[in-house]
Amino acid sequence: MDITDFYDTFFEEAEELLADMERHLLAIDVDDPDAEQLNAIFRAAHSIKGGAGTFGFDVLQQTTHLFENLLDHARRGELTLRRDIVDTFLETKDMLHDQLDAYRSDDVPDRAAFDRICRTLQQLAMEEIGQALDGADGMSSEPESPALEPAAAPDDEASSAPDAGAEPEQAPDDGRLVVSLLGVGDKDRDLLVEELEQLGEIEAREGDTDCYRVTLETSVGREDIEAVMCFIVEPEQLRVEAASAPPADESAASTASGAGVTEEVVADKPAPASGETNASEAAPSSSDTASQSDASEAPAGAGKPKPSSKPKKKAKSGGETSSIRVSVDKVDQIINLVGELIITQSMLDQTVSELEDVNHTGLNNGLNLLRRNARDLQEAVMSVRMVPMDYVFSRYPRLVRDLAGKLEKDVELVTEGESTELDKSLTERIIDPLTHLVRNSLDHGLESPEAREAAGKPRTGRLTLSAQHQGGNILIEVIDDGAGLDRDRILAKARSNDLPVSDSMSDDEVWQLIFAPGFSTAQEVSDVSGRGVGMDVVKRNIQNMGGHVEIASVTGEGTTTRIVLPLTLAILDGMSIKVGDEVFILPLSAVLESLQPDKRDLYAMAGDDVVLKVRDEYLPVVPVHEALDVAGARTELDETIAVIVQGEGRRYALLVDDLIGQQQVVVKNLETNYRKVPGVSAATILGDGSVALILDIADLHRLNRTKKEARRGRHPGDVPTPHPKEVEPS
Amino acid sequence: MSTPNTNAALAATEEQNREFLVFSLGDEEYGIDILKVQEIRGYENVTRIANAPDFIKGVTNLRGVIVPIVDLRIKFRLEKVEYGGQTVVIVLNVGDRIVGIVVDGVSDVMTLTPEQIKPAPEFGVTLSSDFLSGLGSLEDRMLVLVDIDKLLTSDEMALVDSVGE
Repeated sequence: MDITDFYDTFFEEAEELLADMERHLLAIDVDDPDAEQLNAIFRAAHSIKGGAGTFGFDVLQQTTHLFENLLDHARRGELTLRRDIVDTFLETKDMLHDQLDAYRSDDVPDRAAFDRICRTLQQLAMEEIGQALDGADGMSSEPESPALEPAAAPDDEASSAPDAGAEPEQAPDDGRLVVSLLGVGDKDRDLLVEELEQLGEIEAREGDTDCYRVTLETSVGREDIEAVMCFIVEPEQLRVEAASAPPADESAASTASGAGVTEEVVADKPAPASGETNASEAAPSSSDTASQSDASEAPAGAGKPKPSSKPKKKAKSGGETSSIRVSVDKVDQIINLVGELIITQSMLDQTVSELEDVNHTGLNNGLNLLRRNARDLQEAVMSVRMVPMDYVFSRYPRLVRDLAGKLEKDVELVTEGESTELDKSLTERIIDPLTHLVRNSLDHGLESPEAREAAGKPRTGRLTLSAQHQGGNILIEVIDDGAGLDRDRILAKARSNDLPVSDSMSDDEVWQLIFAPGFSTAQEVSDVSGRGVGMDVVKRNIQNMGGHVEIASVTGEGTTTRIVLPLTLAILDGMSIKVGDEVFILPLSAVLESLQPDKRDLYAMAGDDVVLKVRDEYLPVVPVHEALDVAGARTELDETIAVIVQGEGRRYALLVDDLIGQQQVVVKNLETNYRKVPGVSAATILGDGSVALILDIADLHRLNRTKKEARRGRHPGDVPTPHPKEVEPS
Repeated sequence: MSTPNTNAALAATEEQNREFLVFSLGDEEYGIDILKVQEIRGYENVTRIANAPDFIKGVTNLRGVIVPIVDLRIKFRLEKVEYGGQTVVIVLNVGDRIVGIVVDGVSDVMTLTPEQIKPAPEFGVTLSSDFLSGLGSLEDRMLVLVDIDKLLTSDEMALVDSVGE
């Protein structure tokens, strides 16, 4: 199999690791860093390095290598963390991400950026711990060389390590390894020795069941050996080390720790008796320095779930084994099939309900069971598409941190309801609008620390992101405790934009103004926000997802932006209506009410327009049969039913013949095999297997107008007749 | 594209014998590449689509997939268009889409040798020869071989969104 087959897996894993790394970097307390967090960051860097080495991504591998060394110093307390150091680390993480993206798109990572980050890291090392990082010589001496020195590009760490530093004794460049088998029975031992013979030449073997040592002359890397052996024994029964590890001085050891490794213990479950440092797990015979390098390498094996003595790790390795990656296409296919099953089941239901015979008890019972199981199955399958909001929220700590720094504000970000689940396709689409809202809150909402103090508020502003389920919807809120919206300024701005406003408008109406296109009250346009292209886009994006957005604000106390979204786009709460013999579905979210229009409330306007008076409001009337050319529909206005609907902020009355009922429908795309149909957003399959169209409320209104205009143009005063070719999609 | 028919004929000679599904529209017999055919089913349960050209009968549910149905008889301006028990829908895979076409009946599957496929003459306004891959001659019968891919994805069928619309 081609190794490139595994690229995607590596990219995805590396991405997750980088996200992990960032999370820890953001969470870290520079004054009192949590050792476990430092370890986690280190492990992430190490795993990426390992993978990058395996796949030959040299630049990525070298960057992670330097980074890893620096992190190693940090976690051993030799490097005292400061905020700016963490910033550098974060920058490095971004750089790694860029490199990863470059590799992913078959590109070459930016050489200049790579050199710069290497220099930054080197400099940091020199300044803070007074020593250079290994693996740097090759880079700084010939930074232009595209073919990188093997210095720090080993996919087999052990064999290529010698180039890294000046101390040749630090790594087994003769390729001799001692494989120790701890507590392995005779039978397994023979098997293992046989395996080892395949990998290289066995020079010596000795020992007993407790500890059997095989000295192996081989060109195969340590990690490969471990990988092979782990099929037979538990990782903790195995120890692979260099044949000789002469003592070296302190700096050599720390150098060695990253580049090549003098010795490595792979221990899945560190022996409980081995004390609290990883070093003590090293072979008792090894020197101090060797143990120290152990300490750095031990928890990071060959890209496998990294063991650690702390219980916190357990969750991670557990998560890795209990989930699988499946392409969205496959999931969608299953969802489709289940949708079919549901439809078949309701067809059966319908047929059986027509059987009056009491002798069908068995059949009925079976059908009931089928119904229940099918619904459960559908729910279970739909939940596969659901991802927790954490997926979205986790990208904001970084954004908030960076922005707050740039704007010189103190901001504390609080997230709530991270485990609330939302359809994957929606989470991806909510990120942009939400990012915009977060930026807005930071830029316009929250005040500077001084202003906050003057207003009697804590210096640190608070930005809350929360998510919760509310009925069939998800409610996402962005809450800041900043200055709130400025009513006067919005009104002034609206006037200068020629928007129709008056001083008597309610607060809510005023807040809605900021969703108008080209509206920004920022006194200064910053590079964060204030260009006036924003809130209208936010609103449109959210409406396209079938949701809506509203704002509440109290001057001096803050602003809350509420986004309400449907949980999924695959299922829609619909109201089925009948016009003539045809059935259509209206999205329930667009339906406000339905009523039987009274002739007295219907007023004709110029031409053939009609408005309906509903509680002091005049609503335009759109007869469905006219817009969609349905034959045989009721044409007497007071015999029809008016459904008051709202779409894109426009309210109107839709005239239909009958309401059939409310039901959940599976949304099917019409454009897969056909094309966009004006006035129709999608289709669905009804219980009898027939197709019903789901109406697009906003588009239907437009369609009605175009048709009217076309009709007027061609047949002035004529009776409306269908002209199928007149209306083409724009 | 200057001589599509000769091209098609040339392409045909390079290949071995080709199989065609033969269907009838009124008294005429047409053939389409059998490899494009997914299945044949009856005409039922079609939901009308408003504001579409008259030859697009609507959409139907094909095991969970929404498939548009085109009546070729209307498209080809046949005089008699009736829907009955014999009316058949040929479900086709065209490009990455699934489309159903309504025909009067399906008769058989024919194998034509390259020699039997003659280039179509330039004729017809209703059915431009651009959409023909040739004429098949079989003793006393003539098959109009339709390049169904080209026909169904053309602008005039209005089945796909295109820039021209």
